[in-house]
Amino acid sequence: MGRTLAEKIWDAHVVRSAEGEPDLLYIDLHLVHEVTSPQAFDGLRNAGRKVRRPDLTLATEDHNTPTDNLVTIADPVSRTQLETLRRNAAEFGVPLHSLGAAEQGIVHVIGPQLGATQPGMTIVCGDSHTSTHGAFGSIAFGIGTSEVEHVLATQTLPQSKPKTMAVNVTGRLRPGVTAKDLILALITQVGTGGGQGHIVEYRGEAIRDLSMEGRMTICNMSIEWGARAGMVAPDETTFAYLKGRPNAPAGADWDAAVEYWRSLVTDDDATFDTEVTIDASAVEPFVTWGTNPGQGAPLSATVPDPASFADEAARTAAERALTYMDLTAGTPLRDIGVDVVFLGSCTNGRLEDLRAAAEVISGRQVADGVRMLVVPGSAKVRAAAEAEGLHEVFTAAGAEWRFAGCSMCLGMNPDVLSPGQRSASTSNRNFEGRQGRGGRTHLVSPAVAAATAVAGHLAAPADL
Amino acid sequence: MQKFTVHTGTGVPLRRSNVDTDQIIPAVYLKRVTRNGFEDGLFSAWRNDPEFVLNNESFAGGTVLVAGTDFGTGSSREHAVWALQDYGFKAVIAPRFGDIFRGNALKGGLLPVQLPQDAVETLWKLIEHDPSTQIAVDLVQREVRADGQSWSFELDDFTRWRLMEGLDDIGLTLRHEADIAAYESGRPSFKPSIATA
Repeated sequence: MGRTLAEKIWDAHVVRSAEGEPDLLYIDLHLVHEVTSPQAFDGLRNAGRKVRRPDLTLATEDHNTPTDNLVTIADPVSRTQLETLRRNAAEFGVPLHSLGAAEQGIVHVIGPQLGATQPGMTIVCGDSHTSTHGAFGSIAFGIGTSEVEHVLATQTLPQSKPKTMAVNVTGRLRPGVTAKDLILALITQVGTGGGQGHIVEYRGEAIRDLSMEGRMTICNMSIEWGARAGMVAPDETTFAYLKGRPNAPAGADWDAAVEYWRSLVTDDDATFDTEVTIDASAVEPFVTWGTNPGQGAPLSATVPDPASFADEAARTAAERALTYMDLTAGTPLRDIGVDVVFLGSCTNGRLEDLRAAAEVISGRQVADGVRMLVVPGSAKVRAAAEAEGLHEVFTAAGAEWRFAGCSMCLGMNPDVLSPGQRSASTSNRNFEGRQGRGGRTHLVSPAVAAATAVAGHLAAPADL
Repeated sequence: MQKFTVHTGTGVPLRRSNVDTDQIIPAVYLKRVTRNGFEDGLFSAWRNDPEFVLNNESFAGGTVLVAGTDFGTGSSREHAVWALQDYGFKAVIAPRFGDIFRGNALKGGLLPVQLPQDAVETLWKLIEHDPSTQIAVDLVQREVRADGQSWSFELDDFTRWRLMEGLDDIGLTLRHEADIAAYESGRPSFKPSIATA
């Protein structure tokens, strides 16, 4: 019987398999950042262990870094955490892209950008959005600090094989509808726990049509519906993206790699444990109204009535969410005014995202009383955007053009919402307090973010 | 890691679903580089509310958290497990867990116990009716017992054995160092490697 893409990659990485035990999986690439690694390096030191494969390990600084300058880290606790990573990287020989370096950026942006993320790999990082890298046809998943230490010490992880799931995306996205709208619509359809215990493969014409950036946006948010990992089979789009990048294979290695990568498809006679279908042609610009990514609706809809949810847990969660978000059932989503617009993050901080927003905002102005932050996902994305003049489009509109980092996605650096402030954000989580204590988040696409900045309330480009 | 066999203690009823790890411990507490003392961050936003269950004296000293479905979704932060443990919890019971949280908890010896929704509802009522209700979380028998009732739960044999013995995963893996080296010698040359200093 045939195998799924996930099963092929899994099987190719089993170091050891024994009845009644988890498989021992080899890890091709371990990405590291400052937040989830200090206690892991301490663990190595305490046990007298070293990093087994520094050459398969790549570190960056992103969560704590400021985005208004490249020198001063005002918060001493943040500074200590970054300095700790620098010391650990030096002591253990791990390559690190520090604040100010040409390749610094959000960990899930720099891996693909360097060509270090490739099809058929196993990739882990102490960060749940590691699922982003699955866009290249790899098994990529987030791990905790104990597992970070385990990978540093052994370059392997004991893992029980997850189940497999296919998301069959039928039809094609309509003009003006993006990868972000599709994934937000899917999460609302299946719920935040819908993918639990599964590696998910996104399939279908609408997925094939997407650029690598769009595929990364989709895979990035796999964790938001509980999936262990999300992936897209590699194709010509993938190969074209990778060719010539610093860590991509070259010469004969390139040919050998591409030959192997072409085999990385789910066989016709393979079966998935679970299948889900979503009609891409029915998706509209989509936003969230609640406090988890599954509480979303088309922009054309109204804030739902909690009583309309049949499931009691969903009803209670909706009631809580409306209270926290200070929203009233029945309010058109387009009537919701915002204070802040955040364009960036590992979900939507790549060049294509900045281009999409710039196209909308070009020649227009950010509405009075609205603050818009534009935060490139990496220093390289920032440089590429500037080479195209995108920074001038944003600053002319009244938006802030900032340095690379996680920024306002998670409230760990100076970019935070004040209590009660409302944002339209291209990031991935609308949890209570995620962007700063008491902050209220609506998840949106880059195009909706830009239109919202101009309108001052949730809006699509077509509304302007 | 401490061995886990049977833990008996009182419960704390957390009647909420979708408790993501940002709620368990907000990002601002993640800046620390040490391994201990995360209890002050546990549910820190919710603890400002006097009505929040952790502020209810009746449940003080509870060691078994009983929560709604999809507990521990979101961020991979293991600090969520550390915060629960540092506060004094030994086990969390919920109808479903976020995968990464569950994995982290099993690494650190905080037992995540998946029970059906109706069992969780029963436990909530028992605890709320009598906060001194003793809840036994029995890893050996793979069952939870309270007030004369019992519910079995699933956990694979290997993980159960590792927790009962209190074994360190890295030490176990390094017993297979020869297998790792053999695998490495066969990796294709086109796999990426990162230039090191």
